[in-house]
Amino acid sequence: MTAVSHRRPRGKAAFGGLAPTALLLIGAIYCLFPVLWVLIAATKSPAELFSTGTLAVGTGFFDNVTQLFAYRDGVFWLWAANTLIYAGGGALLSTAVSAVSGYALAKYRFPGRNLIFNLLIGGILVPAVVLAIPQYLLFSKIGLADSYWAVLLPQILHPYSIYLARIYAAAAIPDSLLEAGRIDGASEGRLMWRVAIPLMVPGMVTIFLFQFVAIWNNFLLPFIMLGDDGKFPLTVGLFTLLQSGANQPSLYNLILTGAFLSLVPLIALFLTMQRYWRTDLSSGAVK
Amino acid sequence: MKRSAPYVFLTPAIVLFTLFLAVPIGYTVYLAMLRSKVSGLGLGKGSRREVFVGFDNFAAALSDAELWNGWLRVLGYGALVLVVMLGLALLFALLLDSARVRLARFSRIAIFLPYAVPGVAATLLWGFLYLPSLSPIREILDVDFLGATTVTYSMANVAVWGGVGFNMLVLYTTLRAIPRDLYEAARLDGASEFQIAIRVKIPILVPAIILTTVFSIIATIQVFTEPTTLRPLTNTISSTWSPLMKVYRDAFVTGDLYSAAATSIVIAAISLVLSFGFLRVVRNRAFGEG
Repeated sequence: MTAVSHRRPRGKAAFGGLAPTALLLIGAIYCLFPVLWVLIAATKSPAELFSTGTLAVGTGFFDNVTQLFAYRDGVFWLWAANTLIYAGGGALLSTAVSAVSGYALAKYRFPGRNLIFNLLIGGILVPAVVLAIPQYLLFSKIGLADSYWAVLLPQILHPYSIYLARIYAAAAIPDSLLEAGRIDGASEGRLMWRVAIPLMVPGMVTIFLFQFVAIWNNFLLPFIMLGDDGKFPLTVGLFTLLQSGANQPSLYNLILTGAFLSLVPLIALFLTMQRYWRTDLSSGAVK
Repeated sequence: MKRSAPYVFLTPAIVLFTLFLAVPIGYTVYLAMLRSKVSGLGLGKGSRREVFVGFDNFAAALSDAELWNGWLRVLGYGALVLVVMLGLALLFALLLDSARVRLARFSRIAIFLPYAVPGVAATLLWGFLYLPSLSPIREILDVDFLGATTVTYSMANVAVWGGVGFNMLVLYTTLRAIPRDLYEAARLDGASEFQIAIRVKIPILVPAIILTTVFSIIATIQVFTEPTTLRPLTNTISSTWSPLMKVYRDAFVTGDLYSAAATSIVIAAISLVLSFGFLRVVRNRAFGEG
């Protein structure tokens, strides 16, 4: 008994006191530091960037922004708009397809159900690499390479989202509600639109968010598909800016300002939607 | 209930699956078995034609020294990323879940924040932080982050920074789903918080840890964005640093689609073998299945 009561407070001190808080704060600082640094770096004029202390706020922020937006007739604006089209449109379509598929797989018993589900889920394991080149070739055959569609369409089907939607539909939609609707004579389409989808909204928001971020952050697919820099998303645009910056350090302040501005919308979305970042990744995914 | 309803609902997914998954995979396999043959001087129409070569391209991909060097680099990089990233993710998730920690909400949001930063932007930020002329780190620590050997660690740091928060959140959500009275029971038995973490929480987390590991293995094998973005800032990263970079170079710079197709299938096969191999090993160990 004495041994136990002796050990308990020590255990608390080691795992519940200052040390864990300090460890977490070190982690938090490590994660925030580059973002804070780019915020400061974006405020510096080209001269200040290399001369003033790295953590001293500069005076050139608005100049940098004006210059960035003027850079090559405002191509940065185009990149931002493109990113919004790819990520917003792609995530909306992807969420719709995932919700409808997940609902069908969760709430209907039909021949071929397991086969279809396993095929779709098998897609998780297919690396993007294997798909990128033939997708590019197929798109160029039908004349759609280097178009918005080439970046938008391949990102709609997202096996993992279908899987999440299925779990969510199974848990959120009571069978009795569907049966009641059928007895009242509602069509299957109407049942889905009026009963199932409204119940699935919170799950769909989560899927939308993850898809939005995934497409916003994607580099490989647009990098391969697009040649015309007017169609680039921000990721590929920033990369080309960095490539030209390799020979012209005078571009560095534009690159840093661009990197900072490209983070703002995502961080804003991220912070306002905090409560939706729930992952059911772990629920039964590994048998 | 109409029998056709579920099929109608699944049509968009099946059409997309066929067009953007099944057809491209089939086409890659087909391409990988061809080679372009040049007759004469290779000028004019019809002087280049595709010939069937079977598994020659795969054999070439498997015996390509440049590619093997890429694999070795990615193996070292991947091992580093997996161990550090998942180790930190587990540590942070356990710390967040232990009730007595302060500033938990702030730390959780801060550590998850890099998830919102695209790989290109993340690499760009760290790349500038590594540059001697700009780096606040270099003012304190005199290390060449972009040297031939250090660059792997520097790149691993970017991946850890970007991935730790997401994995932490997966593990943390799993922990929050565990009924609290399980811990109460352990506490009544005299277990310390540390013992509860080791004996109760980690075993419950095993499936989630396995899942995050498999996803991370697949992601690190395909590493492309970080080395490609870092290349303009240093000359220590070759254009074939990782296997996927070689696929890109073969397909779009050298114009040898057939080699690129074969190499990408080899990459896919290795991802599958490694993730399934890993699953098998841990399952045998963790669950005692034969």
